[in-house]
Amino acid sequence: MALIKNGAFADDTWIDANDNEALTDQATVVSLHRWQSETDVLKSRNAPLGLRLDAGESPEAIADDIDQFDLIKLNFPAFKDGRAYSYARMLRQRYGYTRELRATGNVLRSQLQFMHRVGFDAFEVDERITPEVYAEEVSRLHEVYQPSVDDEHPVFEKRVKK
Amino acid sequence: MYRYDEFDASLVKDRVDQFRDQVALRISGEITEDEFKPLRLMNGLYLQLHAYMLRVAIPYGTFDSRQMRMLAHIADKYDKGYGHFTTRQNIQYNWPKLDEVPDILRDLATVEMHAIQTSGNCIRNVTSDQYAGAAKDEIEDPRPWCEMIRQWSSFHPEFSFLPRKFKIAVTGAAHDRAAIQVHDIGATLTHNDNGETGFTIYVGGGLGRTPMLGKKIRDFVPRAELLAYLEAVMRVYNMHGRRDNLYKARIKILVHEIGAEEMIRLVDAEYEDIQKNGALGLPEEEIARILNYFAPPAFEPLDETDTSYAEKLNGDLAFANWAKTNIAEHKAPGYAIVNLSLKPIGDIPGDISAEQMYAVADLAERYSFDEIRATHEQNLTLPHVKQSDLYELWQKLTDQGLATPNIGLASDIIACPGLDYCNLANARSIPLAQEISNRFADLDRQHNVGPLKIKISGCINACGHHHVGHIGILGVDRKGKEYYQISLGGSADENTSVGKILGPSFDEHSITDAVETVVNTYLGLREDGETFLAAVGRVGLEPFKEALYGTD
Ligand code: SF4
Repeated sequence: MALIKNGAFADDTWIDANDNEALTDQATVVSLHRWQSETDVLKSRNAPLGLRLDAGESPEAIADDIDQFDLIKLNFPAFKDGRAYSYARMLRQRYGYTRELRATGNVLRSQLQFMHRVGFDAFEVDERITPEVYAEEVSRLHEVYQPSVDDEHPVFEKRVKK
Repeated sequence: MYRYDEFDASLVKDRVDQFRDQVALRISGEITEDEFKPLRLMNGLYLQLHAYMLRVAIPYGTFDSRQMRMLAHIADKYDKGYGHFTTRQNIQYNWPKLDEVPDILRDLATVEMHAIQTSGNCIRNVTSDQYAGAAKDEIEDPRPWCEMIRQWSSFHPEFSFLPRKFKIAVTGAAHDRAAIQVHDIGATLTHNDNGETGFTIYVGGGLGRTPMLGKKIRDFVPRAELLAYLEAVMRVYNMHGRRDNLYKARIKILVHEIGAEEMIRLVDAEYEDIQKNGALGLPEEEIARILNYFAPPAFEPLDETDTSYAEKLNGDLAFANWAKTNIAEHKAPGYAIVNLSLKPIGDIPGDISAEQMYAVADLAERYSFDEIRATHEQNLTLPHVKQSDLYELWQKLTDQGLATPNIGLASDIIACPGLDYCNLANARSIPLAQEISNRFADLDRQHNVGPLKIKISGCINACGHHHVGHIGILGVDRKGKEYYQISLGGSADENTSVGKILGPSFDEHSITDAVETVVNTYLGLREDGETFLAAVGRVGLEPFKEALYGTD
């Protein structure tokens, strides 16, 4: 497993804590369940906090606490389960989340551009996906038809400008 | 007709290049069939019982002679010399070779065609009224909006991995020829009291094992906000649609489970938010640009009725018979809409040879402002023909075997591919369609029976739309044998209804007799001028049950 962040390999400095594990003062990612049951403790901690959301766990649940997190991981339990595409877009667009948004689970190379377009900037990928592969895949389609949360201008805007 | 600009062309080319790379990885063994599957499914390539099948999109069923010639070329060069028009206004090729598929897609791209999103759990080819732009009862041409939906839904980053496939149909006429109420989303173009254009939205219709009719969730969405509203519906579905059970994953189940009220509440909340944050309102310039492509062709000013046409109708019975069923009223005086039957007696519904495709291309160019339509009933339409050309056109169509005068009659059967091709099938559909067609071969008899839609599906997935057939036939499996269940009274127009099952199923040797018994029973009990559907509505199933199963 490798981590690609903003297009380059990056070290993963985060600890994924399960729900019973004692927390250290290192940057730690917790589940939604743990966040909800230990909100006060986690808020008063003095280290970066991350959150894992699985498919079926809408970011609506943390709408008021977005600022608490330095990392949000959205899981794709299977590539076919596309709920996290909507979650990502909501986080970026509706809730104004600006920090690291990471795709985990069944992340396929053919889906990198879509993930990028809805606001993911980090990806846990298998070894076959290198930064070179990432760069190629993420710009596969040179034009886009719809606005999303990336910087691409949809073709209807370009047409009007012409 | 819409024409690609450099942006559209660039996107299709990128996709072809990408798929060529993916096929190369598969052929060299670098990726497994399992890994390849989602990639090919994004490009309309299915693995069927005996071979790959490629489904090519004909967006909202509109195409021209140049495109038809390319479809013919592909049939000749890469397949066995024919293609098959489907119930979703697409064309399928049943025998492409994997290593040639990238070449097929490249060839298609040269005429602005593709196979994008003709399979997979994404927004599929949007369908429409095959008479769009020509129908007399039309409010406005729905196709510009279909084109906007096509673009918006292509490579949509958020909605390419939905719980299940998603089908949108749009119509712009009072009479619904696009079966919008059996689609995931159906949109009807309408004018509000201020004369503004917008859409009434239905959601949650569909066939399959749980047939349901769409529920109206919005009376009026202003036209410039159509995409924003659709985006709201899609987001609700993407997040809330069931993913735990393949058979409960369509949006109709979601709407059914949470109720229309709750659906409206969820969609409205998203819609409001998207309008605030998403900026998906189409600029007026872009709307105007696309509308412009669908401006009506330059119809000549003609009399309402052409005299030579009227004379021929009186003088030639065969022509008159054809005109009676295969021609529809055109909005422009002196013009007609011509339907080409792909259901010659005893043949495979929807099949067309390369030679016929070339001929249709020539005829479209010569007689129909270069426009062709594919219909969801697996026929073709030449939408804009001068009445004074009808006789000549009919003769040429007859030479090509495309003038069977049976549109809307007993032998104009819809059938899914069934067990001859499809690995989900319980039973064969095509041979049964052929047998029924042969049984009703006598045209006088068909005309006497009148409008009758027979629809056959090889399994509960209902690709043959059997639920909405006046007579619906469903292939079922009984102890490993092919059986067929009959339902009556279904309909897919503006009075959409789902047919009711008659009773125990029939084996392959008795099903055609059973259909004939049903038709004869109707003939015996109909009142003056009463159609089959109306008669079933009046008398119910009992008389038919009695005729088929006795009274015991
Ligand atoms: S209805 Fe069933 S048998 Fe027919 S094409 Fe669809 S899945 Fe295959």
